[in-house]
Amino acid sequence: MYEGAVQDLIDELGRLPGVGPKSAQRIAFHLLAAEGHEVKRLVDALTEVKLRVRFCELCGNVAEAERCRVCLDPRRSDEVICVVEEPKDVVAVERTREFRGRYHVLGGAINPMENIGPDDLRIKELLTRLADGAVKEVILAMDPNVEGEATATYLARLIGPIGITVSRLASGLPVGGDLEYADEVTLGRAFEGRRVVGG
Amino acid sequence: MYVSHLSLLDFRSYTAVDVELEPGVNAFLGPNGQGKTNLVEAIGYVATLGSHRVSTDAPLIRAGASRAVVRTRVVRGDRASTIELEIAPGKANRGRINRGQPVRARDVLGILRTVLFAPEDLALVKGDPDGRRRFLDQLLVLMIPRVSGVLADYDRVLRQRSALLKSARGVRRSAGGRPSRPRLSTTSSTSLSPGLSTGSADSSAGAAGDQTGSELATLDVWDARLAELGAEILVLRLGLVEALRPAVAASYEQVSSGAGAAEISYKWSLPSEVPDGAALPSVGAVRDALLDAMRDVRQQELDRGLSLVGPHRDDLVLTLAGLPAKGYASHGESWSFALALRLASYRLLGGEVQAPAFWNPDLGTDAEPVLVLDDVFAELDTRRRERLAELVAPARQVLVTAAVPDDVPGALRGVRFHVEPGTVTRER
Ligand SMILES: Nc1ncnc2c1ncn2[C@@H]1O[C@H](COP(=O)(O)OP(=O)(O)OP(=O)(O)O)[C@@H](O)[C@H]1O
Ligand SMILES: [Mg+2]
Ligand SMILES: [Zn+2]
Repeated sequence: MYEGAVQDLIDELGRLPGVGPKSAQRIAFHLLAAEGHEVKRLVDALTEVKLRVRFCELCGNVAEAERCRVCLDPRRSDEVICVVEEPKDVVAVERTREFRGRYHVLGGAINPMENIGPDDLRIKELLTRLADGAVKEVILAMDPNVEGEATATYLARLIGPIGITVSRLASGLPVGGDLEYADEVTLGRAFEGRRVVGG
Repeated sequence: MYVSHLSLLDFRSYTAVDVELEPGVNAFLGPNGQGKTNLVEAIGYVATLGSHRVSTDAPLIRAGASRAVVRTRVVRGDRASTIELEIAPGKANRGRINRGQPVRARDVLGILRTVLFAPEDLALVKGDPDGRRRFLDQLLVLMIPRVSGVLADYDRVLRQRSALLKSARGVRRSAGGRPSRPRLSTTSSTSLSPGLSTGSADSSAGAAGDQTGSELATLDVWDARLAELGAEILVLRLGLVEALRPAVAASYEQVSSGAGAAEISYKWSLPSEVPDGAALPSVGAVRDALLDAMRDVRQQELDRGLSLVGPHRDDLVLTLAGLPAKGYASHGESWSFALALRLASYRLLGGEVQAPAFWNPDLGTDAEPVLVLDDVFAELDTRRRERLAELVAPARQVLVTAAVPDDVPGALRGVRFHVEPGTVTRER
């Protein structure tokens, strides 16, 4: 244990995802040793991100306005929506350059062990978007793991009866992993080879 | 196949050790607590990604170290492969094959196959069903490495589904018998209609109730996945038991010199009879049966917060002369049964036994697994000791550990190693 302020910093850093107690300590001492202006740049970046960035009111992606850049882009197709778990998955799919439709970010996957059910995800918002008949296909691009698969099955059963084509990414993605870990080529191929599961 | 080289870094009691092994018999000798079992445990880990002594990885890391590395060189026919595994508890273990790019640990499965006999095997006969289920599942993974993914997914689905059932139970308790709650979960067709899933259809309950109400709507999804994966596991296990049955009976007769016949059979959680003989059911048929059974016990599952149907509830039943081995067999008979299960596994993997239909054994060259006998001779009387030694002596490679050198039968002559804390020396 360290004195007040240092320990507070270590505790805060330790709360970040992927940062264990040892890394938290290392980062804290790095910051202590750093020049004042370097630390200020970090502080400014944190402040800015909280001030400027929010979530797109339509799709749930990160945005710097009410709507995100994808939703505002007039060249993209309104007929296809790709449903993903997290904003970082939007980045992963964009990298493939395979997809020119819109996104919908659920904010996670169904996970009873962590007390996450359908109502904790942005599913109601998705159904609202599907209601006006403009969307012809929904591509479910959940993480290739047990929770992602359960979420995709749940959504397929929900959306299929509405009469919209529902497809899933082709297999071949690294099983048990995160969508973001799949390289562009693999993910692109999974997109191309997607199979229809409902609708 | 055989292991020609083993090197350990920060594994158990070893900081760093290198051992050259030979085909045939290799005996590791030394007083208690010197690190003999630690060596063969490491080899077993490379084959199964698990220890025969502990269920978590933490005890495998040398006290004070943060990760362990096990490297083995496996010779099969005229080909040699190097398998390296890094074990770091709390992180995903990594593997490397022939010093290539890091891969998931799971990807090294299938290169080295071992069959390990250990004092812990007595629990196969005398212990709880989970040990016997693990026996079957581990053997399946040795045969078909892909199965490890199916088992891991099943386990995860099971835990998710059980968590869902438990939270549903909690809410129903605290809701004080509100009649509308359980109904939601039992009518699967309505729970999947779009209207209900928007969360607006059931606005009467409190916040926690809402949450669990919609979670319960997902129960069907978990049921489907549990049934799919469960059916795949069940069909594999049934086929395996069928293939092992004659080999276990024959092996038991050999080690015990035949007092009463040893039988194995599978007991499942489904209400129907377990099909036996050649007529194995299809995965689809078993999946449907699992779904039906789940539907029948759903109320009970909700009451108890437990998943009551599926391969996690099953058992491998061992009988000796018509009586259950557990509770009836003598200590010596129980030992013989445990040995028979291991010997039968060895014969199946080595291609001496008619393989189950789902397994296309790549028996090309030198497929015979490595045999490991950890401290078993001390447990056996002289006759069983001699018989076991005769049976395993011709194997491609046998690794033996013993605290008392005289416990190792004369039939198992070979290379001897002296084990002292942290070091292994070959005796000349
Ligand atoms: N993670 C670990 N870190 C350091 N030492 C360990 C670790 N795990 C086990 N040991 C030590 O290893 C020794 C046990 O080694 P092992 O089980 O291989 O003995 P053995 O030679 O097989 O003995 P026996 O003849 O009694 O079976 C014990 O002294 C134990 O304290
Ligand atoms: Mg030992
Ligand atoms: Zn958007």
